[in-house]
Amino acid sequence: MTAILEVRDLRAGYGASVILDGLSFRMEAESVAVVGRNGMGKTTLCDTLVGFLPASGGEVRVTGRRVDGLTPEKAATTGIAYVPQGRRLFPSLTVDEHLTMLARRARGRRWTPDAVYELFPRLAQRRRQGGAELSGGEQQMLAVGRALLLNTPLIVMDEPSEGLAPTIVDVLVDVVHRLVSEGVAVLVVEQNLRAAVRLANRQLVMVSGRLEAEFTGEELLVRPDLQRQYLGVGSTAAPYKDGEPA
Amino acid sequence: MTPALIDTDSAAVESRPALAVSRFAPLRRPSGWVAAVVAVAFAAWVLFLADGTPAGPAVDDPGRFMVTVLDGVTFAGLLFVAASGFTLIFGLMRTVNMVHGSLFLLAAYIAIRVQETMVGRSRNIVPADVGVLDWVVPLLVGAGVAAVLGLLVQQVFLQWNEGQEMRQTMVTLAITVVLADQMLREFGGLARRMVWPGAATHFLSIAGERYPTTRLFMLALAVLVGVLLWLWLTRTSVGMIIRAGVDDRQMVRGLGINIRRVFALTFLAGSFLAGVGGVMGASFAGAAPGTDGSWLLNALIVVIIGGLGSLRGAAAGSLLYGTVVAFSPAYLPSQYSYYAIIMTFGLLALVLAVRPYGLFGRPA
Repeated sequence: MTAILEVRDLRAGYGASVILDGLSFRMEAESVAVVGRNGMGKTTLCDTLVGFLPASGGEVRVTGRRVDGLTPEKAATTGIAYVPQGRRLFPSLTVDEHLTMLARRARGRRWTPDAVYELFPRLAQRRRQGGAELSGGEQQMLAVGRALLLNTPLIVMDEPSEGLAPTIVDVLVDVVHRLVSEGVAVLVVEQNLRAAVRLANRQLVMVSGRLEAEFTGEELLVRPDLQRQYLGVGSTAAPYKDGEPA
Repeated sequence: MTPALIDTDSAAVESRPALAVSRFAPLRRPSGWVAAVVAVAFAAWVLFLADGTPAGPAVDDPGRFMVTVLDGVTFAGLLFVAASGFTLIFGLMRTVNMVHGSLFLLAAYIAIRVQETMVGRSRNIVPADVGVLDWVVPLLVGAGVAAVLGLLVQQVFLQWNEGQEMRQTMVTLAITVVLADQMLREFGGLARRMVWPGAATHFLSIAGERYPTTRLFMLALAVLVGVLLWLWLTRTSVGMIIRAGVDDRQMVRGLGINIRRVFALTFLAGSFLAGVGGVMGASFAGAAPGTDGSWLLNALIVVIIGGLGSLRGAAAGSLLYGTVVAFSPAYLPSQYSYYAIIMTFGLLALVLAVRPYGLFGRPA
């Protein structure tokens, strides 16, 4: 059976500096989190998958079709939707316009603007407001809603929990699990270990452009020794103790 | 040494690093009140003080004042049509399309020729000979040719230089030179004029002054263009995509939107607008070699004042620029009328000093 996402020996970087140094993994209709310290190449991984940054080696397949080497628009139409770090909403557009501009292609598919409003009723109340006037949580909902309209088998989210209130993270976790149950693969890149564990049952640890380890469940969250080993979190500065933020 | 002196000394020592920092800090921008003071001074001069100018103080000659205001607003309409396409293309593609002025002039020449053919005469055409269709059809033909040529320039020369703004600018500048020569060969070096339709050519009486309705017709057309453009950008999904592209081009591509098709459409629309402006300009002031360059400059000034890439900016910039162009010759002291053109650049300098990216502009 072909995986939804299959990454084989992926390499990328900026000029002479190598950021992704031979990365391989595959995912089915599940949520997978990539965790790691700052500067380990997590955002570069996202940008390379969606075609913002050209890969310098290896291959990426989405439902069996090559997407590395494609332009961002081709990668998106082949099957990757992107929820980027910092949301990257369009300040000139209202909430409704963000969704309307993509409505034509979404017609008759699972996710239409109406379905997005049903999923996030708060967005429906803010239809006429500008993207920049929303709260951080509402902005994230809009960024996710915008990605849903592409109706792709794979959604890549870069730091989705960043700067969000815990209740909004709960909403996000629900949405991700719901998407997975509908057969969508969600790849989440997270700095926040707690959020990563809640969003994805499987976590891949990224160190210097490689995937060094894989964990499932809450193992990484309750093992400070593993955190120290892979995430460089010192015992004195441990942000997590017994699974709770210290 | 008195304690006071010691105090001053130590203060001087302490302030030295701060001084060193301020030496390399950027020049401080004057705040908005500088512009407000200039605007108030300008209004006071025009209303009460302008003795010895061709028009005289507005309180003494309200009719002349009204006419000057109308001149400014109607000219602003023409400026807006010419600049809106320019700013649209720049906003989305970050291309300073130097061909814009050439498309303006080419559309004018073509429309004049079509009008001559339709009327059946090439000389001494008077408005009474010109029906509304004899003006509208040449307008559409001229602007249509400009649109197609603009699209061709984009497809053939600019598409493969995507993201290399300097190269695109130089390429379009070169095309401008080629087009100017070819137009000189085809249409000659004499000034030609498009004739307004007879139905629009009357005179109104405004506070005792005769005022040509053709200028109001021009303004009405500009408002129509502005409204249509606004509807296109806010009510259609293509318009939304264009505005989103102005904000964040890469993210638009990441949403699976074929940005090249949007670029092509934008160039088509922007070039069409250049052509509409050209035909209006040729009816208003004629067309001649050099009109291309001066209207490229006009469009540039308008969008620099208003902010590159902003439609609202183009409207505001047109109004400001039109006002200054109309008021300077009328309200500068008579012996300084020659310097009216300098006022334009004074306006430019003032706006850029207060708002470096223009009135509605954002950093690129």
